Amino acid sequence: MNWIWIVLIVLIAGWIVWAFNRLVRYRNRADEGWAQIDVQLRRRYDLIPNLIATVQGYAAHEREVFERVTAARANAEAANGVAGQADAENAVSSGLRQLLAVAENYPELKANENFLALQEELTGTESKIAYARQYYNEQVRLLNTAIESFPSSILARLSHFAPREFFDIDDESRGPVDVSFQGS
Amino acid sequence: MHEQIARNKRKTFLLLFLAVAFTALIGYVIGYLWFSGPAGVVVAVILAIVLSLGSYFYGDRAVLASTHARKVTPQEEPRLHNIVEGLAIAAGIPKPDVYVVPEAAPNAFATGRDPAHSSIAVTQGLLEMMNRVELEGVIGHEMSHILDRDILIGTVVATVVGAAVLMSEIFMRSWFWGGGRGRRDSSGGDTAGAIALILFAVGIVLLIIAPLAGQLIKLSVSRNREYLADAEGVALTRYPPGLISALQKIGSSPAVMRSANNATGHLWLNQPSRVPGEDTSSMEKLFSTHPPIAERIKRLQEM
Repeated sequence: MNWIWIVLIVLIAGWIVWAFNRLVRYRNRADEGWAQIDVQLRRRYDLIPNLIATVQGYAAHEREVFERVTAARANAEAANGVAGQADAENAVSSGLRQLLAVAENYPELKANENFLALQEELTGTESKIAYARQYYNEQVRLLNTAIESFPSSILARLSHFAPREFFDIDDESRGPVDVSFQGS
Repeated sequence: MHEQIARNKRKTFLLLFLAVAFTALIGYVIGYLWFSGPAGVVVAVILAIVLSLGSYFYGDRAVLASTHARKVTPQEEPRLHNIVEGLAIAAGIPKPDVYVVPEAAPNAFATGRDPAHSSIAVTQGLLEMMNRVELEGVIGHEMSHILDRDILIGTVVATVVGAAVLMSEIFMRSWFWGGGRGRRDSSGGDTAGAIALILFAVGIVLLIIAPLAGQLIKLSVSRNREYLADAEGVALTRYPPGLISALQKIGSSPAVMRSANNATGHLWLNQPSRVPGEDTSSMEKLFSTHPPIAERIKRLQEM
């Protein structure tokens, strides 16, 4: 009779090790995903002053747009928490869209090599932000499912695994910034 | 997906085992006939080790070199680099190295041994022909091959088949020349006779093995794998029309691949054809590793 208990205990212990390691793996991947989002957002912050300086050279009087983007960028850099960051980034994205829409009206600007390079960098960074967000949300979904579903929920509660927040964006800014029509 | 990875690992081991056994056999024949006695075993072991380690560690470099791929910097190809980096982020793997192949036909492939040691190569024609979303679709497909460990098995196949083709050519040629000389100069005596015999034996073995190579490629690169990479690729880009449109452009391009050969054919995004608009020759059929483009497009549209 004893060996049945031994087998049972070994099986349960094995499951605990597996389930715990799975939780750790998802949590680490979610952290990685968040770090990647942060890297890409920072790259975008770095691009904004350059972009504004370049556009200003051709369209100095569009001051309102420049100010809006600059303010949104400062806001986003100071933002806290997943939801707060997402909101602030939405403002940056819509500001940038406006800035590039303004640039559309200046053919000389659109022919500027520096501007074209910045535009490619910005488009690339925007899509990297989107991909990083996609990866992060996927890992958060896996983590949260593991934390909430029985029986791993017991293990998660005992070892203090907390569900994470999704990095959401509003539908308006879901599409990529519309700058890739020419030169791509 | 993890099932797929496990299956790929099993297949890779099986394939490497076959390749090593084959190499060992050749080595044994050479060693036995040349030095006679147990030396055959030593030669066999050395050859087998060189081939298996070589194809594992240097297979990607051999494949890239054979297609004349050139590594490009982010400054040279900012758009391509941005797209590769973005999709690597989406897949959660390190960014692969980026190469450009000087070919007018639109095509692409991925190689390497694992996600941390991987490369993506695209042709010049692909870069010129595709817009951003189409290029993303293509890179997404290649990224899936990296993610599923399809690249290791594909690279090993390419190296092994490439080596077999090379060896058979060398043996056949030297046998021809050696035989010719032997007939003219009969004073060569025993050694010349022994060498001719070795080359003849190896040549026969290779002749038997050569058709099997085609079957091996088919075994390793099933058509399902291409469908799977298409599906996973658009799961990364979240935009099926991008890949659909890219496949349409690739399917209707009249350009042919110059550097394509039977050893690397299975690695490419689309089966490289050296005869425009025609793939019915028996050789092409034997090495047909990819599903028809129309069928791939249809499946993507149904998603």
